[in-house]
Amino acid sequence: MAKVKGDIVIDIEKCKGCEVCIPACPNDVIALSKNVNGKGYNYAETINDECIGCANCAIVCPDGVITVYRKKVE
Amino acid sequence: MAEITKEEIRQPENLIYKKTDLLTDKALSYCPGCGHGTAHRIVMEVLEEMGIQDKTIGIAPVGCSVLAYEFMNIDMQQAAHGRAPAVATAVKRLNPDKFVFTYQGDGDLAAIGTAETIHACNRGENIVIIFVNNGIYGMTGGQMAPTTLPGMKSSTSPYGRDVHTMGNPLKITELIAQLPGTIYVTRQAVHTPANVRKTKKAVRKAFENQKLKKGLSFVEIVSNCNSGWKMTPRQANEWMVEHMFPFYPLGDIKVND
Repeated sequence: MAKVKGDIVIDIEKCKGCEVCIPACPNDVIALSKNVNGKGYNYAETINDECIGCANCAIVCPDGVITVYRKKVE
Repeated sequence: MAEITKEEIRQPENLIYKKTDLLTDKALSYCPGCGHGTAHRIVMEVLEEMGIQDKTIGIAPVGCSVLAYEFMNIDMQQAAHGRAPAVATAVKRLNPDKFVFTYQGDGDLAAIGTAETIHACNRGENIVIIFVNNGIYGMTGGQMAPTTLPGMKSSTSPYGRDVHTMGNPLKITELIAQLPGTIYVTRQAVHTPANVRKTKKAVRKAFENQKLKKGLSFVEIVSNCNSGWKMTPRQANEWMVEHMFPFYPLGDIKVND
């Protein structure tokens, strides 16, 4: 059965750590990092490989820092 | 099933979503979690999908989004406080083949610019008005706006808005829906993926109406102001669902086809 795998790339220097993406993710892939970026915000990061590439996080991100990729795995 | 690495997924042919090129690379000046960023992106994505970015003129307001021209990579003009619909009227009448929209907050559109808004809507100018309503003057320090809810605290109503002394909140969207010049009046939000998709459809419909020269389309976006409301972005979104939506219900208010 074909399975869909996704991945997101977060521009951590532009992330403001608002957490709006976290409830939007159906698989709880995103969490806030303990580290801070150049502006002093705790940025969002991926914590597991369950991403399905639904792009929910990217379309609610107010700063548009998330890029989404999706691939069908046979 | 063979394992797949992240590098194999991160290929250009697998790209599903990235920030549109119509937004500049400058970091947005908005607070973390502010709905303005999402609203900017929705408008720019619609322009890109319709392929009209080179014939669109946007009018920036005064308020938090005063610097919208820094972020939107299209032709923009900044208007005096509240006068964006008047400027948009002139721009559209002088350039009838261009797409013209205004992007305004509630202090700009519903307070200082009430007359301009109502008369532009009543004349039925063929423009699009994007109205971001967060119930507060965000940029100047969270003062009470006409759209502030009854009992809502702000820096000029520290004990909550008392409707007997401070008046009732203004539902400007319902007000202008009564006017014959408006063709499409809707209220949306941008706090969840489903709402973002609905808002994008509404903005698309508004620009399609302008393409067909039908009249004025008005899209209200109920948004949060976590700094002004003194909450975290997630709390502000929950507060918005709980308190703003009962007073400002989402959905189409007027659709004339």
